[in-house]
Amino acid sequence: MLNDFVNQFWPATIDGLAFGSIYALIALGYTMVYGVLRLINFAHSEVFMIGTFGAMFVPFALGVSEPLTGLALVGVILLMIVAGTLASAGTAVALEQIAYRPLRKRGASRLAALISAIGASIFLQELFALLVIPNVFNRPEKGRIQMGLPRLMEKSELFSIFGHSVRVDQVLVIVAAVGMMIALDALVNRTKIGRGIRATAQNPEAAVLMGVDINKIVRMTFLIGGGMAGVAGALYLISYENTYYYIGFLFGIKAFTAAVLGGIGNLRGALVGGVALGLVENYGAIFAGSDWKHVISFSILVLVLMFRPTGILGESLQQARA
Amino acid sequence: MRPKTARLGGVLAAGVALTLGLAACGNGGSEDKPSGGDPSAAAPAGGTVKIGFMGDLTGPSAGIVIPPWNGANLVINEYNKTNPPVKIELVKYDSQGDASKAVALAQQAIKNDKIVGLIGPAFSGESAQVAPVLEEAEIPSITASATNTKLAENGWKFWHRLLPNDSVQGPGVADFIAGAAGAKNVFVIDDKSEYGKPLADAVRTQLGTKGVKLTNDSLDPSESDFSSVVNKVAAAKPDAVFFGGYYAAGGNLLKQLRDKGVKDAKFFSGDGSLDKGLIESAGKDNAEGALIGCPCYLATPDVTDAKVKGFAEAYKAAFNADPAIYAAEGYDAATVFTEAVKAGNTTTDKINEFLKTIDLAGVSKQVKFAENGEVEAKDIYIYQVKDGAITLLGKATEAKLG
Repeated sequence: MLNDFVNQFWPATIDGLAFGSIYALIALGYTMVYGVLRLINFAHSEVFMIGTFGAMFVPFALGVSEPLTGLALVGVILLMIVAGTLASAGTAVALEQIAYRPLRKRGASRLAALISAIGASIFLQELFALLVIPNVFNRPEKGRIQMGLPRLMEKSELFSIFGHSVRVDQVLVIVAAVGMMIALDALVNRTKIGRGIRATAQNPEAAVLMGVDINKIVRMTFLIGGGMAGVAGALYLISYENTYYYIGFLFGIKAFTAAVLGGIGNLRGALVGGVALGLVENYGAIFAGSDWKHVISFSILVLVLMFRPTGILGESLQQARA
Repeated sequence: MRPKTARLGGVLAAGVALTLGLAACGNGGSEDKPSGGDPSAAAPAGGTVKIGFMGDLTGPSAGIVIPPWNGANLVINEYNKTNPPVKIELVKYDSQGDASKAVALAQQAIKNDKIVGLIGPAFSGESAQVAPVLEEAEIPSITASATNTKLAENGWKFWHRLLPNDSVQGPGVADFIAGAAGAKNVFVIDDKSEYGKPLADAVRTQLGTKGVKLTNDSLDPSESDFSSVVNKVAAAKPDAVFFGGYYAAGGNLLKQLRDKGVKDAKFFSGDGSLDKGLIESAGKDNAEGALIGCPCYLATPDVTDAKVKGFAEAYKAAFNADPAIYAAEGYDAATVFTEAVKAGNTTTDKINEFLKTIDLAGVSKQVKFAENGEVEAKDIYIYQVKDGAITLLGKATEAKLG
């Protein structure tokens, strides 16, 4: 048992960090929207799904079928990240405009917005399974079948830790995710828009009185949160090379868990929660078998919340009305 | 949260199905009136009888259900072209492999469409739920692909299976792994499904009797990252890996294993992975040499038997593809039903009686059912991926690795 743990510790750590980074990027969308609107945007899982397909569109349209190298590879990866971000951010903004804003204007309850979110989530899944995937990606009758990405970059070893190799795609995922986090943190803490977001999160009424345009801030929040999910989608696709219409389901649950674990409403908490969840899943699987992975990670979530109801870093939940 | 969504979806789907069913009923009624037929008669004599086909036709594992659907269509179309006194209509029920959807569809098939027989359901999980419903309505069914052993242990009188079950497949493949493939250290993975788990367990039990070193783990096929399983395999350094599950997860697993540097271990799987989708999701290079056991018979292009060749050519002409997994079994199942109707059996109990007596040289095997509904032929075949295509290596008891 202990021997297993020692043997598998480093590979589990690297995989956990890479997957945790993706959870963290998606968790940002949940946590930002919650911070500003006190709303859990359950359609965010589909924003991620659309990000993976946005990124998929680039190699599909370019007809890439063989691994690339050098500038071509860098160019395609950058294009994929941009396409994923645009698709996701666009979806998130449209969601806000169509599914949430009309409800907010009429002062509907948060439960109504929740139902609207679930409805939008099913709508987007089926839209992709029935229309987008068969037509745009030319897969008639295969709308629900997993779609593979042809290998873009050779998954070669970059360096090794104690004899366990670390692949270039894993490093790319971790570095890109951390980079996005730093940029977002700076945006929220240093810019005017960031100040508006923070002000709205703390006290929407007072923010309006101070001249903050709430609608604009809410739109920016969805735009940024959606964009992060799009980056996550592109990185996921590059590393794991497959996606399908229902892929948001598990990622949505996990990222939401990560957001709560880190402290919902707290941006750095999303990073901590995502990485912690990724690592715990992989360590837990070593001891108990991979089928117990989810049981272990959710048990830890419950334990953390019992002793720290606001999550690991959380404070925002205390300020908010429960 | 999401389970609620799924349930909501289920309710919606049931509602839609009901509405459609009612609409279909209404149409049927209005068509009946001018012809003056007795509206209360279940199966009009000298008209058309309906045979259903149920399985995952658009869902994630549709790749192994579309070929038997095509095979069945081939038979029914040929039969109807001969202008028989009683025509057969093949009705499609797309369960997407989801047991709750399958049950709702089965009820619709019984109450609204009044089918007299069913080909399917395709998978074991849905079969376990649907078979009792059919049993109560006394509708004969033949599955062309569900291989869970326990299905035959329920005393069902209307249920039949056209291929050997997992208690035959598992040991057959295990004997090949320990025998012809000469593996001494095997890592067995299952996907926890009603199909994958018992199959993998049968392989584990049989390998255990051969003195092979065994390591086990399970994965969740709805996930896409199997790194925790892959890390265990890498640490165990096996000479063979067996995966009990379907091709979508199997292909991802195989790719992630090879990417993690597990390059020398031979990859084995069962019939659920016998699909080109395995090669697509693993990538051509990663899939090369993968070995797949199946109780099914694939008509590969080099086949010599005249009957099988004729079937393969007709299939290719109709669907522009070589017959894939279970195509021959679906063809045989539909043939059994057409033979029943040809012999003048148009009611459910007469067809079921006919199934008890049938002894027919099919494309896949000699079709003869035992008392419990199992087919009597018990051959397991081993296939191998070569140059990105699935090729037949031979019967599990005779095949050799080149």
